[in-house]
Amino acid sequence: MSAATNDQLPILDVQDLSVAYATEAGMLHTVRHVSLRVGRGEVYGLVGESGSGKTTLASAVVRYLPANGRILGGRVLLNGVNLLELSPADMRRVWGAQIAVVPQSPRTSVNPSIVIGEQIAEVARVHLGMSRPAAWQKALDMLHQVGMPDPEAVALRYAHQLSGGMLQRVLIAMALTTNPQLLIMDEPTTGLDVTTEAVILDLIQELLQRYQSAALYITHNLGVVARICNWVGVMYAGELMEEGSIQDVFKCAMHPYTLGLLGCVPRVDASKHEVRLYTIPGYIPRLDQLPGGCIFAPRCMLAEAACQEQRPPLVEVNPRHLTACRRWPEVEADRGRFVRFQERVSSARQMSDEPPVLEAQGIKKYFKSTGRMFSLGLSGKMPMVRAVDDISLSARRNLTVGIVGESGCGKTTLARCIVGLEEATAGEVMLEGQRLPAAVTRRPRALLKKLQMVFQNPDASLNPQHTVADIIGRPLVLLGNIGKEAVLERCAALLEAVNLPVSYLNRLPHELSGGEKQRVAIARAFAAQPSVLICDEPISALDVSVQAALLNLLVELQAAEGNAYLFISHDLAAVRHISDWIVIVYLGRLWEVGPAAQVFAPPMHPYTEALLSAIPIPDPDVRQERIRLSGSVPSAVNIPPGCRFHTRCPRKLGPICESEEPPWQSVDGQHRICCHIPLDTLCQLQKDVLDTARSSPCAPTPAGLGSGV
Amino acid sequence: MVGVRTLGVSRPPRLARLATFGRRLVRYPSALIGFCIVAFFLLMAIIGPLVAPYSATEQIAADRLQQPSARHWLGTDQFGRDIFSRILIGSRDVFLVAGSGTLLAVLMGLAVGLFSGYYGGLWDEIVMRLLDVLLALPPLLLAMVLLGTVGPSRLNVILVVAFLYIPMVGRVVRSVVLDLKTREFVEAAKLRGESSGYIMFREILPNAWPPLAVEASMRFSYAIFLVASLGFLGLGVQPPAPDWGLMVGEARDWFDQARWALLFPAGAVALLVIGVGFLSDGLRRLLRPGMAGD
Repeated sequence: MSAATNDQLPILDVQDLSVAYATEAGMLHTVRHVSLRVGRGEVYGLVGESGSGKTTLASAVVRYLPANGRILGGRVLLNGVNLLELSPADMRRVWGAQIAVVPQSPRTSVNPSIVIGEQIAEVARVHLGMSRPAAWQKALDMLHQVGMPDPEAVALRYAHQLSGGMLQRVLIAMALTTNPQLLIMDEPTTGLDVTTEAVILDLIQELLQRYQSAALYITHNLGVVARICNWVGVMYAGELMEEGSIQDVFKCAMHPYTLGLLGCVPRVDASKHEVRLYTIPGYIPRLDQLPGGCIFAPRCMLAEAACQEQRPPLVEVNPRHLTACRRWPEVEADRGRFVRFQERVSSARQMSDEPPVLEAQGIKKYFKSTGRMFSLGLSGKMPMVRAVDDISLSARRNLTVGIVGESGCGKTTLARCIVGLEEATAGEVMLEGQRLPAAVTRRPRALLKKLQMVFQNPDASLNPQHTVADIIGRPLVLLGNIGKEAVLERCAALLEAVNLPVSYLNRLPHELSGGEKQRVAIARAFAAQPSVLICDEPISALDVSVQAALLNLLVELQAAEGNAYLFISHDLAAVRHISDWIVIVYLGRLWEVGPAAQVFAPPMHPYTEALLSAIPIPDPDVRQERIRLSGSVPSAVNIPPGCRFHTRCPRKLGPICESEEPPWQSVDGQHRICCHIPLDTLCQLQKDVLDTARSSPCAPTPAGLGSGV
Repeated sequence: MVGVRTLGVSRPPRLARLATFGRRLVRYPSALIGFCIVAFFLLMAIIGPLVAPYSATEQIAADRLQQPSARHWLGTDQFGRDIFSRILIGSRDVFLVAGSGTLLAVLMGLAVGLFSGYYGGLWDEIVMRLLDVLLALPPLLLAMVLLGTVGPSRLNVILVVAFLYIPMVGRVVRSVVLDLKTREFVEAAKLRGESSGYIMFREILPNAWPPLAVEASMRFSYAIFLVASLGFLGLGVQPPAPDWGLMVGEARDWFDQARWALLFPAGAVALLVIGVGFLSDGLRRLLRPGMAGD
């Protein structure tokens, strides 16, 4: 095979592929007439909401559909060979050798009873015909290439001894062992922390450059696409809506759906006071109820009668930039309409002098560490998991406090201590000046209802056997002194407030979508008329377009009711968008607190800086400084001495960090950082990550950013 | 519960939900077969004495040990009693004794499992160890000892069945409660100050029905067998009642002359146990988590 032919012939050429699932309800046409090409060394990103057919398409390409999946038409050419015509025996030689897949959940994709090295070596033995020793050597080499610290030791470990990020490296190593022509990655970083995600994305990018494989990268995260892909295809309900180079699609999108998706994503450089997130109304259609014309027409703000008559074809508007919108010239002319309409919701509120509604003082939560019976005799006392270790914070009316940190840093435990679902080991919670008992069961009902919570998983937070009316009405009934009629009226009003139709009162939770369930959960929390609402990752289980709508809803409700919010999330952009005040948590302690805009601008705590530089920003022009955290959060049983962050700190000063607890330094009265490094040194070291983001053409220039520094 | 009729909206009526349940049932042939068998015997339990060709205790001396024939479909026993009629009429006792025993076990097990699982702690530990002790003893042996002490009677058999099955039902309910009580809807209920009673009976219990229904139907099939065994051993209902187990026991001595007198009652026990088993299996599939209520 010469290089010349390679340049002309794409590695993967999918032509007019259609896939359907045979179900009880008949054939569901999950992928319809999709064509795409990926050349050598290129990364093709496939994006879309859940249910858009991305994973089905990838499964069809590797011919690994579930038993009821049928390929109805089209061709899948790998180096000119139609994979759909190969015999199962030939296909087995293609799998692993020419096509490799990196799956979404590393935990379930690695055999838990075989050591890591052996699993990689097996690939080398089967597909490369290597001898046992050579294959083992190859496995070590691959582990080394994916940047695994101490490959020899890791090769002998089992899956449960590795973190999620390390397992994902193992899977990447396994996939690349045979130097495959085509690499298919299905949401490989979705289950990982933002810091780990950044490291893995760097690795993928570097390896793809070195190996020059073609890659198909499936994700719902536009930021990830912007960071690592060359080409992008936007899928919606089984069809490609738009396809083009990263620059074309992100900068000059020609389809309302693409623009909508881009507008949904909150940005780290703008808060709720500057912009309102764009939302796509409605939901992705059911595959058995597709509209007749353009499938996006029911949700499209540009749709006109003609759009509903005929399915518009993909047209090439520029070389290799295709769109399925028949009104693309108008989209091009009036792009500003879609891109975040910059609506001044209100001017940034000042921190008022009125006393805080909620004050948490010195909250500690220690758990007994289990399964460590033997260390008991050695150290003489039970090791403790210090999940939350002396955190104080307060919340004021009308303001949102964002709580940010990696998973395992104690955010959720802190929230559970405040609401009383966990009994804090030490510390006290004051609500409207009254001291709350630690356990929820001992708190008076009148105070309880003032402190409500919205949970992460909408499926588990609503009782499947209760109707929406029961769910929202119950807190009202508990308040007492209210007749049935009044309860119903109030329920209806609450449903309206969360933008759900009144007819939903009779529905059961399983009749609602994920976003609708979360709206009901919010309505339930508001039914108790809380003065403080704690939102624990309320949007992370949802699709981007739904996330944006919920963030807007929370902002609107706060403006109307004046509640204080505690907003917990690992999504920095969402936190930045909704919060007035941000606290950064790591290993059970606070490291930086301050007004939102100032926390995300220099001087920052090195941890904040690392978190910020890890966010995938959906803008190919943003050049973020690469600050990466190695390893994962240390165990809360063995907390490092001195500064707890020193083991991973990219800006560690020296021995002082390992021995002495850092002091709190005040940037101005409100913004404080807990670090040994002097503030002006931090200012010099740190570049404003958002500088470049702000100068990009699509983004508005928010006022007042970083001005307090 | 809040009524919503005033807003001009209404839930799909219970009848419609029952109809969807029925449609699902038809999709699983084994469940349907099980349902038919159980329904047949249940019907006989109610109207058996009306439709049976003979009475259960009528002895026709001339017809002793008759083979199955047009006159006596399943033959007659050593006293000239019609076996077909005795089986039909006897199904009432099966449902009465095994059924109430199971029902009692389910109610008691539910209470034990719900409280034990919800409150946890020391009380849970004590109750669970007590149940373990009961589970460690062979059920039939325990039943024989108990009935030997209190004497055989219909009521005592019911109580013994209930006593034997409380631990099993209790454990199943407890494990379901342990799972449900950490769900976020339960935490949300705590956050608005609901009482433990409300949380147990209104938040947790409705979600525990599907696994409980499956467990109850399984217990029922075991109970039928246990009651028949006790009848066979003479520890259950006393003669001349048309108890299936008792019939098998009585026919044992005449096996050489009248095999049918033993095989048909035994077959009835087997058929009903299998029928309930099929139904229970079907329920398990129909009430799978996530399919509940829809």
